[in-house]
Amino acid sequence: MQRVVITGMGLVCPLGNDVETAWRAMLAGKSGMAKTTIFDASTFPSTFDAEVKEFDPAKYVKSWELHKHSARASGFVLAAAVEACRQARIDIETSRPTDGVDRARLGVYLGAGEGAVDSDVFFAALAQAWDPAKNQMDWLKWAEIASGRMDAMRELEQEPNMPAAHLAMLTGARGPMRSCLTACAASTQAVGEAMMLIRRGDADVIIAGGVHSMIHPLGLTGFNRLTALSTRNDSPQTASRPFSANRDGFVLGEGAAILILEGIGSAQKRDVEILAEVVGYGSSSDAFRVTDMHEEARGPIQAMTAALADAGITYKDVDYISTHGTSTIENDLIETKAIRAVFKDKAKSIPVSSAKSMFGHLIGAAGAAELITCVLAIRDGIVPPTMNLTEPDPQLDLDYVPNTPRRCRVDVAMKESFGFGGQNNVVIVRRYKDTD
Amino acid sequence: MRSARVVITGLGAISPLGLTVSEMWQGLCAGKCGIGKITAFDPAGFPCKLAGQVPDYKIQQYVPKSHRKAVKLMCRDIELAVVAANEALTDSGLVTKGIDPENINVNPERMAINLAAGFISCDLVELAPAVAASITDGQFDIHKWGRQGLELVPPLWLLKYLPNMLACHVGIIHDIQGPSNTITCAEAGAHIAISEASQVIARGGSDIALAGGAESKVNPMNVVRQCLLKRAATENNDEPASACRPFDSTARGSVLGEGAGIVVLENLENAHTRGAKIYAELIGTGQSSSVNPVYEHLEPDGKGFRIAIEKALAEAQIEPAALDLVIPHGTGIAGDDRAEATAIEAALGRAGKNVPVWPTKSMLSNTGAASGALDVIAAVCAMTEGKIPAAKNCRNKAAGCNLNIVTKPIQKKIRYALCCSYTYGGQTAAVILSHFDAETEV
Repeated sequence: MQRVVITGMGLVCPLGNDVETAWRAMLAGKSGMAKTTIFDASTFPSTFDAEVKEFDPAKYVKSWELHKHSARASGFVLAAAVEACRQARIDIETSRPTDGVDRARLGVYLGAGEGAVDSDVFFAALAQAWDPAKNQMDWLKWAEIASGRMDAMRELEQEPNMPAAHLAMLTGARGPMRSCLTACAASTQAVGEAMMLIRRGDADVIIAGGVHSMIHPLGLTGFNRLTALSTRNDSPQTASRPFSANRDGFVLGEGAAILILEGIGSAQKRDVEILAEVVGYGSSSDAFRVTDMHEEARGPIQAMTAALADAGITYKDVDYISTHGTSTIENDLIETKAIRAVFKDKAKSIPVSSAKSMFGHLIGAAGAAELITCVLAIRDGIVPPTMNLTEPDPQLDLDYVPNTPRRCRVDVAMKESFGFGGQNNVVIVRRYKDTD
Repeated sequence: MRSARVVITGLGAISPLGLTVSEMWQGLCAGKCGIGKITAFDPAGFPCKLAGQVPDYKIQQYVPKSHRKAVKLMCRDIELAVVAANEALTDSGLVTKGIDPENINVNPERMAINLAAGFISCDLVELAPAVAASITDGQFDIHKWGRQGLELVPPLWLLKYLPNMLACHVGIIHDIQGPSNTITCAEAGAHIAISEASQVIARGGSDIALAGGAESKVNPMNVVRQCLLKRAATENNDEPASACRPFDSTARGSVLGEGAGIVVLENLENAHTRGAKIYAELIGTGQSSSVNPVYEHLEPDGKGFRIAIEKALAEAQIEPAALDLVIPHGTGIAGDDRAEATAIEAALGRAGKNVPVWPTKSMLSNTGAASGALDVIAAVCAMTEGKIPAAKNCRNKAAGCNLNIVTKPIQKKIRYALCCSYTYGGQTAAVILSHFDAETEV
């Protein structure tokens, strides 16, 4: 079975528009949260979020003209891919690249969200076509407004397969090209399944990761109605407080994260730097309820166990867990139970932390962004903190690396992601050694 | 690389031709057209007034009591998936919690699910009262929305429209606890989902998987999008039966529809052990990408489509001439059909002019994420019956199309069948099925 390694990474997130900038911000315990600026959310229950800042896609993507119709988030993923491809020495700038990567064996696998609704037209058409007296829609009128004001390409770009399509255009990839959308677990799944495609021999290199932005009126409305968001409007920067007793929900973020996955043979042949090895993947479903996680964390435990088995290691070999850690009452409790069940005697001593305390919840892109922090933790011997953990929750008794990063050697790191509807995905990365 | 062999042991379909697989197959054999005037909403203001709508059904009949309350959290796409999953599992003889909680014969942890879902459009009527409460001087007022409109949106509204909720509802009903994925690759989605699910089984991640796709595109948002992109057939609103004409010289566009196709995939050994009836074996899958600056269409030479077919043939280890049936994507959009025909001909080489090609969308419409799964099920039916029905609405092949479009029904043993699909944006996918002969099994 082909070993799979990581040879490039790219990140656009609320803490910075490249990997190193964002990582420095995390190690400084910075927050990416602020008042919502993408639209006027001043009367919403939550008036803040974690936005990507000062982002101009044309600055990163030379061929931007080709992608100019794309959704806001597609710009994020293109920029992240440019950064990752540069590190992995995949040439996306010449028409006959000599980077040693056969385009027929170059794939794309994204956990990608849908693009933002064109809100102005969407709401205007509804407002004008709805007849409140009759309690019915005038479809004739709606069709007239929608047909007249909606933009064909802007609508097309909302389809969740479009970010991957743009990456294929950017790179000329002709290998497997997939998008999945398993809510907050999507990009962890994309990386896991991409690893499986390389192991199986279907591709040499896969541009894997995630992209999502739900920061638009309907997105924020949806999460607000679910009461999933923090409403700590007076203090956005400290609102995301995973594992703290006074946590009150997650902070909606946005961004894109890309990891270049490569078969060991290809990486060695091309003589590129190997950042880490992807060694395990586990997926499961709660099959419990649409709205709640299983009380005993059945699904998360199964996914973590499956990932360890796939990696051929035990919990004793894991040095760091990058949690899903959303800062909701339910997730942080259930996730703690899962870690306790799987890590047994080691549960209380293994460092576990949540990057969401700093860059918020990137939804479909969250897992891949956090997986990048695992690779960096292995590289730099330091794990990012869980910020704003000011009030310990007596039910949550693990070592959450509160408020300051910690120096420690990390050889094996586990990334776990849990999505609405009971989607659980876990990926394990390990320090690369060429003598395994 | 092939490890465990993966076979199809159950079929479920809800389509514009009926609520079951047998209704769909009989409709296809009779050349019935599932396309008609849109009744889901008043289509008068839309350039295309046609769609392939599924007949009426009562969702409660397909949902066990324990999950009945959750029916109100199901958008139409989810309902369609639930209906097809119920038929597929019943057909396979597998007894899950959702089929009969007293006689379960599966291990929930060893079952996987992988469904393709579309970009689900929210129900505009459901949101309208909230928007109506947010108007100032005739204009939508975001401040009012935040203060009072938002409160009128149902609390769990968002959960109805997450693509992964198709697999989640089906998974909860049937207690599927293994790997679960939701592929969002538009019309190529179902072939990708079936491929990936078979790979999960092949690598030992599960013994059984439900795979396929479901989508309803019969809603104002999808229809207006399709019209804006000039993909919709707009000239035949009075003649629904001949509106969609894949590979025909007079093709003028596609017609949207709705449906769900789900198959039960199973590790061959598992199927043998329980004495299951085996419909077909999945022997090859391939995937690639069309790379086109005008990405709402397939690249003119169909290169990415050809590569997907070539990969599937290579994995299946068969020669193109061994194929007895090709079900193409065939939307009825002239430029795309032409590119697809070019790709199929190139991938099949000398066999390209001979292998029977049977497009189905003239009868089934374009059911989006469901379409690839409905085609796989149609191919399995063709194998089982030894029959290829006639294609509809292809009287004169379009210039540049040298494929052998089936214009009269053919009776013959079908050993190998290829189904393929693509999407605007560029994902391309192909799957190859093999007739399963227990007696000649190696």
